[in-house]
Parts: sequence; structure tokens; C-alpha cells
Amino acid sequence: MKRALFSFFALVVLVGFFSGNLQLWAQAQATSQQPWQQIPIPKLPTFHPPQPKRIELPNGMVVFLQEDHELPTIDGTARIRGGERSVPPNKTGLTDVYGEVWRTGGTKSQTGDQLDDYLEQRAAKVETGGGIDSTTVSWSCLKEDFDDVFRVFEDVLKNPEFRAGKIEIAQKGMYDGISRRNDDPEQIAGREAAKLVYGANNPYARVAEYATVAAITRQDLVQWHDDHVHPNNIILGVVGDFDSAAMEAKLRAAFASWPKGPVARKDEPQAQFKPDPAKPGYYQADKTDVNQSNILMVALGITRRNPDYFAVSVFNEAFGGGFSSRLFNEIRTSKGLAYAAGGGVGAGWDHPGMLRLMVGTKSKTTIESIQALDEEIADLAKRPINDEEIKRAKDAILNSFVFRFDSPAKVLQEKMAYEFYGYPLDFLENFQKGIEGVTKEDVARVAAKYIHREQMAVVVVGNVSEFDKPLPSLGTVNKLDITIPAPPPGLVPGQGEHP
Amino acid sequence: MKSRLTFLQTIVVCFALCSLAVGQDVASFEKRTTVKKLANGLTIVICERPEAPVFSFFTHVDAGSVQDPMGKTGLAHMFEHMAFKGTDTIGTRDYAGEKVALAKVEEAYAAYIAERDKPVNRDEQKLKQLEQTWKDAIAAADKFSAPYNNEFGKIVEGEGGEGMNAFTDYDETGYFYSFPINRLELWAYLESERFLHPAMRQFYKERNVVIEERRMRTDSDPQGRLSEQFTEEAFAAHPYHRPTIGWISDLNSFSATDAQTFFDKYYVPSNMVVAVVGDVKASEAMPVVEKYFSRIPARPKPDTATTTEPAQNSERTVVLHEQSQPFYLEGYHRPDYRSPDNEIYDAIADLMSNGRTSRLYRALVRDKQIASDAAGFTGYPGSKYPHLFAFYALPIPGHKPQEMGDAIHAEIERLKKEDISDEELKMIKTRAKANLIRSLGSNEGLALALGLYQSRYDDWRELFRSVDRIEKVTKADIRRVANQTFTPDNRTVGIIEFAGGPPGAGAGPQGGGQ
Repeated sequence: MKRALFSFFALVVLVGFFSGNLQLWAQAQATSQQPWQQIPIPKLPTFHPPQPKRIELPNGMVVFLQEDHELPTIDGTARIRGGERSVPPNKTGLTDVYGEVWRTGGTKSQTGDQLDDYLEQRAAKVETGGGIDSTTVSWSCLKEDFDDVFRVFEDVLKNPEFRAGKIEIAQKGMYDGISRRNDDPEQIAGREAAKLVYGANNPYARVAEYATVAAITRQDLVQWHDDHVHPNNIILGVVGDFDSAAMEAKLRAAFASWPKGPVARKDEPQAQFKPDPAKPGYYQADKTDVNQSNILMVALGITRRNPDYFAVSVFNEAFGGGFSSRLFNEIRTSKGLAYAAGGGVGAGWDHPGMLRLMVGTKSKTTIESIQALDEEIADLAKRPINDEEIKRAKDAILNSFVFRFDSPAKVLQEKMAYEFYGYPLDFLENFQKGIEGVTKEDVARVAAKYIHREQMAVVVVGNVSEFDKPLPSLGTVNKLDITIPAPPPGLVPGQGEHP
Repeated sequence: MKSRLTFLQTIVVCFALCSLAVGQDVASFEKRTTVKKLANGLTIVICERPEAPVFSFFTHVDAGSVQDPMGKTGLAHMFEHMAFKGTDTIGTRDYAGEKVALAKVEEAYAAYIAERDKPVNRDEQKLKQLEQTWKDAIAAADKFSAPYNNEFGKIVEGEGGEGMNAFTDYDETGYFYSFPINRLELWAYLESERFLHPAMRQFYKERNVVIEERRMRTDSDPQGRLSEQFTEEAFAAHPYHRPTIGWISDLNSFSATDAQTFFDKYYVPSNMVVAVVGDVKASEAMPVVEKYFSRIPARPKPDTATTTEPAQNSERTVVLHEQSQPFYLEGYHRPDYRSPDNEIYDAIADLMSNGRTSRLYRALVRDKQIASDAAGFTGYPGSKYPHLFAFYALPIPGHKPQEMGDAIHAEIERLKKEDISDEELKMIKTRAKANLIRSLGSNEGLALALGLYQSRYDDWRELFRSVDRIEKVTKADIRRVANQTFTPDNRTVGIIEFAGGPPGAGAGPQGGGQ
């Protein structure tokens, strides 16, 4: 759980609201050449981004080394297989607590506070984190401090102590996050939508509660570390101002003698992922202190392994991406109903993402906006994404393709992701070819295959009494109970007494 | 959500951190950075960074919501939205015809507003007719542009533009995106056209979009509501007391004519800096950029005089009773960014807030365990004019906002009475150097920083020079500035008190689960 951040929204205002990395689309192009079209566009110079060196140690640890000599810094990340989706439901939130205390709890020889002082004097970081399918330890330092900082990284990776006092601080932070989770309507809508798509108890939707956080013990953290942190479960990526041969020698010296451990279960994602979607229909949460409704239409999405991924990417761009998408043009620009309008079919690496169409609109145009979204969906069959829109969407993806690898660090991140999820390391190159091959028929086909209005759950979080019409005028409405379950007996979240 | 926060952080980080810097890099940047002031007054900064065949730009306009006219708050931001609506050749079927139609919209709107805002004797029947006439005029004008909705954005995106967006804050307005390098000339054309021939089309629909933005950021967000009220309370005279997004009645009143007037007055070349960073050679790129941007006619620099905020002479407090969890915020007036003490404030912000060694984290989160997060920062709500050094804390369940204030004040007292340690001072300076180095590794970040510093100081080198100033900060400086700034009479406090959940909510940590 992330700490709530003070929102400065009122201070800086942006023109655009774009969710995720879905981008945009298109329209009638003038038949005659516009002035801008007369400006020459030379061929983009051939660019071969530097590729990281991949090394597999005998103990199974995979290392990527990416030299980048622009700045005198060296950064690294170890990604360890296994994450929140493998945690027992009654300990939900375990990897959040683990991800914090792994670092704050210090190592066998140094407390977390001592590490803080040591690192900050060098303006360096060693940080840990927990995620849905993995945990991480990373560092960031000036080149001159590499040896000092790497020693801390290695110590944290191998010898954490998970001191009890820091577990308590992490739990209190979690309790705070739980107590605040209904303060932001967008957060409510997103959380409830995931529960409807995957099922409330699915690892991709469930949320930590006072009771599940209170149930987490030091032994759980120690056990998690023992179960997962072995070289054969680790992918380590290093980027910065170093010589690869010298760095490889250092890493071999540090890790080659580290014995293998049990392999994290490869079948984890499939075994854990049994979506249990809610019935289609309307799901409403009443929030009396807002004047804008958050509307989300959701269903199950796809994975990137799906052969439809390329056509879906073009569809997303055209339907709900940036400035040129249909949703932006119709619901925001033409109708003036929303600042935030967009969405698409989400694609996960190893489990289906979420199909998500969203609009944020004033209370008294809630029903009108749902109907406007309905109309855009219905229009997909009547007025399929046309040649012009397809061209614009493909151009947008292909012409901006270079931004996916315009820094050595980005290339490294891509490769580490492919390695982690078992994708071919040339996935990105194939993605380009895949997009180039997408036709209008492909896009029409995937729109028909994945966009089924009658199968979607519609989440509406807003000030119900102010809606233009009652939501039941559209169909059956289920009331969402967003009440936060009370802490278990004996737990006072601010006091740190745990049962 | 994240992208929005991150952006503001970039700006804050720029002042808090980039303004702390390292000398050795000035020489390297000197070699690859070129500045040219065009005859019309516009400043171009080009920085060569040949890492990949791409570039980023940042157009800085030295006018923000502080320049909003009385009764027309939100206008600077509204114009920013209009800068995405195209030009006389982009986004229209026939501009000559559209222009006439748009003039009719303005005429009809003025008549409607005149009737609507009559203090007495308003004719409701007539008002309805006038409203209809205005709406009909809009429909007629839309016929020229509707098939070309968002044409400007579509061109940029279709050509491979990445991260296209813009922001308005109190101090300035900024426009940015990145392109593959082969679109440099296309960009120079598009970006200069945008400020040469902006078209005020679809203004009133876009105004509704902006009102939705207000509902999202301010009205429907308890911390947004607090921030607006708190800022209004802290500033009595200076325009910082007004929200950048605008008051709702102003948003429902100002016109396309107002936006055009704002543009004519403030979007003058001498008020603009355009920074380009990426795989460019200044010798080749400068003539291209100059060719297009020099077309913008010179106009007189606007009068930007504003009221100076008078000294505050007693503590002010704003309390919001909400159904959301508690929050604590306080701010103290400080001088503007040109103050010789500027970097001392940066040093204090770093000491109090940066990481797990920071004083507020250690006191409130680690030791007292009363907050989940606490920090102090400068540049609230802007920094071009005298502004606030602010502190905030999020109480964990069971703790009250006032405890946050007490704990923050205890740390402030320490700052006033005791010198900070040698280690802390060294940490601040080392971190400043490292943070500057890290900020130099992206085209987007560099374009923003160079554009901002060039505009604020008329010299991008200040980005690096401020390292000398942070290097010179002493323990005595920190005590002096803390003593002169952090006094009760100079303080404004903003609090969200939990006032109980909505009807039907279950019991939670603060007495209400919702």
C-alpha cells in the first residue's frame, strides 16, 4: 500500500488526462495538402540502441549489464520471483509490509537507521519493494560510491533482520492507508472495478484489511525471504557508468558461490488466477461529498501473448487513447461532458488485464454520460474504425516507437521484463512488425470480439441524490458496500497493539 | 493520477534540488548549449544531447494564473486549453467563414451575459431567448470545425509525438512534448503557428471540460478543497490567494474574447522562452527554429506589477469538517526565489523532508509514530513572488491534526535553537550535487529546467551556479532563516477534521468507516 500523498492538484492544472499508456487517434484528413504537410520529413537516422549483456551464473541468477556513460552514476535492480498473488488471503498485504521492512528493518549487522545514515551521506539509495508477482531490491549511487553502496545492497539482499519495531511502523502505515481508502472517489471506483472483474477474493483484486495486516508476523517475513530469495529466482539488471567486464567480475565474486534454492513455482500465475467475474450490470457507491461521478465500464482483458495484442493496441489507440481517440473527441471535446474520458482493452504480461472505459462527469450528467459511452460502443459496429483512424493510430504507435528505447535504462527495463515473464528477448522488434501488419478488418474483428457492452460491469461512484436520473432507470443496480471492516478486537490501529 | 503529481513534483524538485548544483558540469553544458534572443524578443535555448534520435521541447510563457484579470480567474489555464484547438489552417474547414461565425457567438454571448448579470429587472423570457441565440451561434460555428476536432493533437500524435501536454500554475504556463528528430522542422512550424494564429474555437464546450477538471481536482477531493481554502487564507492581497483553476462563477462567465485578450497581452515573444534538447546540432537547428519563431510579431512586454503581500501579523487558521480522514498543513511567508536566502530555504526543506534521515520522518513517523508521512517544502503555491514555506503531515488512525502541528513545531524549535550537525550539513550538500547530476539525464527534464531558469534568471547557467550558493550555506544561516520565518504570527494553518462518515457508514478508526 502506497502512502497517501498530499495532492497539489489545485496548484497545477494540465490540459490532458491520460490513463495508462494507451494513446490515441483520428479523423477526416483534408483532401488538399495542408501547409504542415508540405514540411519535409527526412528519414529517421538508423538507430541501434545499446543492448545489455546477458549473463547466466551457474547458480541460475540472470544478470543484465547495460553500460551508459553519460552520467557518473550506477543503478541496479534485483527482481525476485514471487509476490502478493501467492500470499494466503488472511495475510493480504504481506508483501507490502515485507517490501518496506526488508529495508527499514536493517540487516544482521546494521540497523535500518544505520543504513539510512550511511547511504544518505553518499546521496545513495538502497530500497526494497513488494509487488503482485515479485519483490525487488534496488540501489542508486554515484559511481565513486559503488563499492560502498553495493556492499549494502548485497547485505540487504542476503541478510535482512526484519526488526520488530519497523514491522509495527509499516503496519501503522498500512492501517493509515486503509483508513483513507474511501477518501478519493477515483480510488474507490478503481478498487471496486477490479473486484468485479476478477472476483473480490482474487489476488488481482483483493485488498489489505486491518485484520489481514494485523495477522502478519515477523516469522512470515523471515519465511517469505527464505522461500524466495535464492539466486535462481533473481534477475539483476545494472545500468550506468561502468566497464562490463569489470562489473561482471565483481558480480561473480559476490554471487557465484551463493547456492541455489527452491525454485519459485512457475505455475503460480495460472494456479492463482481463477477469475470470478461479477454479473454484468450497474454497481453504485454513494459518496455525498463529491459533485462529480466516476464511471467505469469494465470486463476482463487479454494478455500480451494473445495474437490479437497488436490489433487490440491499434484499437485502443483509436478508440480511447489520447487527443485523437473517439472517446476523447466525442465525450470530452464535442459534448463537453468530461475532463477525463478514455480507456481500452488492457493487456497483462501473464494474466488477463482489465478492459476499462472511464468517464468523470458532473453528478447531473451521470446518466447522460453512461449513455454517451453506450453510444460510442454501439457505434463500433455501425461505424467501424475507418481507414483514416487506423492510419492515424498505427502512425502514432510506429512513429513514436523510438521512445520505447531512447535510453539505455529503458532498453534494460524491457529486456528484464521479457526475461521475467518468459517472453522472447526480441519481443519489441516483433511488436513493431505486428503493428505494421494490422488491418482494418483485424481491428473490426477484435472490437467485436472483446467489446461487449452487455457483459460489462458498470461502476458508478458519485453523489447519487444529484444524478440527472436514477441509475435504476438504466437497469438493475447493485449497491456496493464500501464500508471498511472494523479492526479486529484488541487492535487499535494507531497504538500498535497486535493480537 | 500519477502523471499529474509527478509533474508538479518535477517543478518543486527543480527548485528544491536542481537549484542545488555542481560546478564541473557547467563547462560541459557551456559547449553544447546555445542561446539566441530573436529580434522579436523570443529566447531560444538549444542543448545538444545526442543520446538517441529524438528531442524534447518546453515552451515557457512567463504568465500564469497570477495574471488572471479580476473576476476572470482561471483564464490563463483556459487559454492553455485553447492552445490545443488549432489555428487558422489547422482544425477548420474554412477559417474565413468560421471567423465570422465565431464573432457571432461572442456577440450573442455578450448579450446573454449582460442580461444574466443584470442586478435588477432581469427578463427571464428574454434571457432564455438570448441563451438559445448563443447556443445556435455555437452550433453554426461548430459546423466549420467539428469534422476537425483536435486536429492539432492528432497531427502531433500521428507524427509520433510523445507525452504531449501542458500545465498552468500560478507563475507560468508551459507546453511540451517529444518528437523523433526528423520532425524538428515540423515541430518548429506547429509550435510557432500555435502562438501565431491561435483560434478561439469551441471555447464554451472546452470551458465545460475545464469545469469538470475543477470538479475532479478541487471540489471532489478533500485535500483539493483544503488547499484552495488554505491558500486563499494565507494570501490576503497578492493574487496567489486565487485558485489557478478558477472560481466557478468566473469559469461560468469569461468569454473567448477574454481568452484572446489574455493571449494578446501575455503571449508576446519577449515573454516566451523555447528550450529544445536532444539529438540536434545548434548550428543546424537554430536557423530552422529561428525561421519559424521569428514570424511571431514583436509586441510590448506586458505590465506585470502585482500587489506585494503585506506582512502577516497574526496566525490564521482554516478548518474543514469532512467525512474524510484528517490532514494537517501549515505555511509561513517567505521572500521570492531571487532572495539571497533562497538556497537556505532549499537546504531546510531537504533537511526536514528528504528521505528516512529527514527530521520530520524521524520525529513523526519513526519515533512518535503519529503520522504516516510528514514533510516540509518550499514554493507554495508558486515561487516567482513571495510565497510560503509549508509543512504537512498525515495523522495515522487515532491521532489528531493538532498533534501534527505540535510535533512539527517541536522540530522547528530545534532548528531555531540548535545548530544542525556537520553530518547533516554535508548530507544536504552532497545530495544537492547528486540530485543535479541525476536531473541531467533526460531531454524532457532538461528542456523544462533550462527553459525555466532561462526565463526566471535570464540565464540557464543559474541552474548550475546555485550549487555555489548551496555550498556556502552555513549552520548559522539555517538558524537565522528559521528564526525569522517560522514564527506563530507568520503562520497559516489548514486542517481537515474528521466529522463523521456519511449516513449508514460503519464504525471505523476515527469513528466512521467511510
